[in-house]
Amino acid sequence: MNKHPKKLLVIIAEAALEKQLEQDVRRLGAQGYTVYDVRGAGHTGEREGAWEADRTIEMKVVCQADVADNIARHVLQAYGQHFGLTLFFADVAVVRPEKY
Amino acid sequence: MDVVVYFFLLGVLARLLRSDLRLPEALYETLSIYLLLAIGLKGGIELSKQPVLALAPQVLATMALGFVIPFVLFPALRFLKMNGADSASLAAHYGSVSVVTFAVGSAALTRQGIAFESHAALWVAVMEVPGLAAGILLARWATSGKESVSGTERAVSQWRTLAHDVLCGKSMVLLLGGIVIGAVAGVEGSAPIKAVFVDPFKGVLALFLLELGLVAGGRLGEIKRFGAAVLVVGLGAPPLLALAGALVGVALNLSTGGVAILATLAASASYIAAPTTMRIAVPQANAALSITAALGITFPFNIVMGIPMYIELAKFLTT
Repeated sequence: MNKHPKKLLVIIAEAALEKQLEQDVRRLGAQGYTVYDVRGAGHTGEREGAWEADRTIEMKVVCQADVADNIARHVLQAYGQHFGLTLFFADVAVVRPEKY
Repeated sequence: MDVVVYFFLLGVLARLLRSDLRLPEALYETLSIYLLLAIGLKGGIELSKQPVLALAPQVLATMALGFVIPFVLFPALRFLKMNGADSASLAAHYGSVSVVTFAVGSAALTRQGIAFESHAALWVAVMEVPGLAAGILLARWATSGKESVSGTERAVSQWRTLAHDVLCGKSMVLLLGGIVIGAVAGVEGSAPIKAVFVDPFKGVLALFLLELGLVAGGRLGEIKRFGAAVLVVGLGAPPLLALAGALVGVALNLSTGGVAILATLAASASYIAAPTTMRIAVPQANAALSITAALGITFPFNIVMGIPMYIELAKFLTT
C-alpha cells in the first residue's frame, strides 16, 4: 500500500476555545479536524470535565508540515498566554494524501 | 433545611471523602437542560394568566439591578487588591444569576407556604445577560492599554461573537424557550407534559444538586490558594447584594415571597453562563478565582444559610 507522510498536530485546550480553534485551523489551511472531550491535569491544575467551565478538548489535525507549523504558531500566539494549552506534533502516514 | 440541600451536602461530603462518585457528564447535561426548561415552562404557564405588558416595570428594574451590581462590586474588589481583569470577571459572575439558587429559593418559599410571583422565572431570564455585559464593559475599561490594541474590526467581530454566544447560549434558549412555550400553551395546553416537567422537578433538582456538591466540594481546596479576599467576597457580597435586591423588590411592590426571590437572585452568582462567557471575553482574568468564589463559596452559602436569611429579610421589609 502506498503511504504518504503528513504531520499530526494535537492541540489540547480549554473547551471555551473550541469554536475559535475550529475556525483557526480551517482558515490556516487544514482540511479537517477531529475533536474529543478529555480530562487530565497539567501545570495549570487539574481539569475534570465535570461541568461547563471545566471541560477540556483535544483537537487532532492531520495536515502538511507547514500548515501544522502555521497553526501551532498562531494558536500559541493567540491563546498561549491566558489559556491552558498543550501542543504536540507527530509524523503520520496516510493513504489518501489529497484529503489533508 | 429543604431536603434538596441535603443532596448538595452529600455531594460535598463525597468529594471531601475522595469518593469515586461521579455523575456521567451526559447526565449532568440532561439534568441542566431539564431544569432550565422546567423552570421556564413553569414561569411561562403563569405568565399566560396575566397581561404581559403590566410586567414591564419589573422586567426593566430586574435588568437594571443585574447591570448595576458589577459596577458596585468592581471598586470593592479593586479595594481588596484584585487586579482589573479579575475584578471585572468576578463582578460579572455576581451581576448574572444562578438558576439553581433560584430553584432552591422557590422551593424553600413553597415549603414555608409563602406565596411569590409565579412568573418569577421571567426575572431569572432577563437578569442573566445584563450583568455579563456590565462585566465585559468593566473589563474593557480596566484593561484598555495594557493589552496590545487589536483592530477595531476584530473588536467588533469579537463583540458580535460574544453577543451571539450569550443571547443564543443554552441557558437563554432553554429558559426563554420554556417561558414562551408555557405562555403560549397555557395551563390546559401544557397539562399533557406536566407529568414530566412539573411533578418530578424537585427530584431532578436534588440529583443536580448532588452533582453540584461534587463540583463545589472540589473547589474548596482552592480557597486556600486565593486567600482571605475570596472568602470576603464569597461570603460578604451575597448578603449585601440581597439587601439591594430586596429593596428593589419592595420598591416594585412585590409580595413577601417576591422580595425574597429578588434578594436571592441579586445575591446569587452565575457559574454556568458567566464562566464560559468571561473566559472568552476576558481571557486574562483568573477563571479559577471566579469559579471558586461563585460556586465554591457563594453557592453553598446561599442555599444553606443565605436563602433562610433573605426570606426573613423579606418578611421584615414587607410587614
